[in-house]
Amino acid sequence: MSRLATGPVIPNFGQGSSCVTGDHTFCWDWVRQHWGDTLGPALVQHLELTAIAVVIGFAIAFPLALLAHRYRKLEHPFGIVSALLYTIPSLALFQLLIPFSGLTVTTVEIALVAYTLVILFPNIVAGLEAASDDVLEAAQGMGLTRRQVLARVELPLAVPAIIGGLRIAVVSTVAIATIAAVLLPKGLGYPIFLALREPTPFKTEIYSAGVLAVGLALVCDFVFVLLRSVLAPWARKGLA
Amino acid sequence: MMLADAANLHTFVDAFHFIADNPGFLATKALEQLELAGAALLIALVVALPVGVILGHLHRGSTVAIGASIAGRALPSLVLIAAFLTLLGVGFVNNMVALAVLGTGPILTNSFDGVERVDRDAVEAARGMGMTGSQILRRVELPLAVPLIFTGIRVAAVTIVATAPIAAIAGGGGLGDVIVNQASYRLSGVLGASLCVMLLSALVFVALAGVQIAVTPRALRRTSVPGDPRRKETL
Repeated sequence: MSRLATGPVIPNFGQGSSCVTGDHTFCWDWVRQHWGDTLGPALVQHLELTAIAVVIGFAIAFPLALLAHRYRKLEHPFGIVSALLYTIPSLALFQLLIPFSGLTVTTVEIALVAYTLVILFPNIVAGLEAASDDVLEAAQGMGLTRRQVLARVELPLAVPAIIGGLRIAVVSTVAIATIAAVLLPKGLGYPIFLALREPTPFKTEIYSAGVLAVGLALVCDFVFVLLRSVLAPWARKGLA
Repeated sequence: MMLADAANLHTFVDAFHFIADNPGFLATKALEQLELAGAALLIALVVALPVGVILGHLHRGSTVAIGASIAGRALPSLVLIAAFLTLLGVGFVNNMVALAVLGTGPILTNSFDGVERVDRDAVEAARGMGMTGSQILRRVELPLAVPLIFTGIRVAAVTIVATAPIAAIAGGGGLGDVIVNQASYRLSGVLGASLCVMLLSALVFVALAGVQIAVTPRALRRTSVPGDPRRKETL
């Protein structure tokens, strides 16, 4: 009611039921109506943003971790750089990349990839160091070369830690990708931004997009738990 | 390409000009942000620390601790801030609560882990010396848990400070106000404020790393160097 009195701006809640126009706590009819044009596409875009970031992040972190594992001296500098990188606020990083790559998916992905590196690199390194000295000695005693030790002993034993790192990376990327909406009308953050821009924040849109984001994170997490039980059935149940 | 690069460089030069021209304004905004972050961290500490420590002491409720860490990561800050905005309205309180929720995860998980994973032999020895449960907690478990507990606090603090600018979307004030308001401050202001935000969280990170080294019992110092790559992110 008061919204009509404040001026000619009619909130873009969609032409809807009394529930929508009155901004009640949650309106299923709005969700049904806008699944096809708003929520569904946002969910797919969000998944895309996340998947690209984690795949690229892993492709960079894995060789770096192998390098750090081979040349131990590199480990500490890499570690410090990545710890500092993680302190950079996502909102600031997105903005600071604009002069270089503009308002593009590239900008978003550079930032997201940077954050996945910070998580993936230390976890992969830790995983590679999981093989105990006894195991390594036994492998050497069997006449395995350094490369064979890596491929047949250290890498398989690193699988639980690597998947653990991927879990954290995916879940945090899903969360950070919501901020990407400051640059691009993409992902689940965008409907939330739109809802916040209304004269009074539109609750249904915030809650539905929020629930989808959290749900997406939890589903991704679960997928990796399943993956671990397939690839590393010996790993301890619960959390790596 | 060359032209674009020159233009880019120019934007950054402008950003530094913006910082140089408005030091007082940016400092006020930075203080606002620290105030918000400090209040949120305090709440997170008061809520999460006792719960984590007591559960760890009792060796119970690992599901709570693990759940808190998963929830802490899976809840996007934007969603939290927007959701609390609908419940508590625009302003300081809403943002403080949302940021406090974000900080709860790492503090709860790490304080639980820290106390829970104290060497059983040490606890047994203390019990054998006739210490009561609360004495064991205060004199054995807590000192040994300091590195992990403080790591949790540091992670929470950096997360909160780094997320605080997002609160500006919900009228939270601080440097985020400038970052999300390109219409008033232009790109140079946005970038300048972004640089300040980066500097601010790096400072908090470094300052807390220093405090962490200072509060860690001497015998444990070698094992808790911040930024140690072997310090695996715990989930």
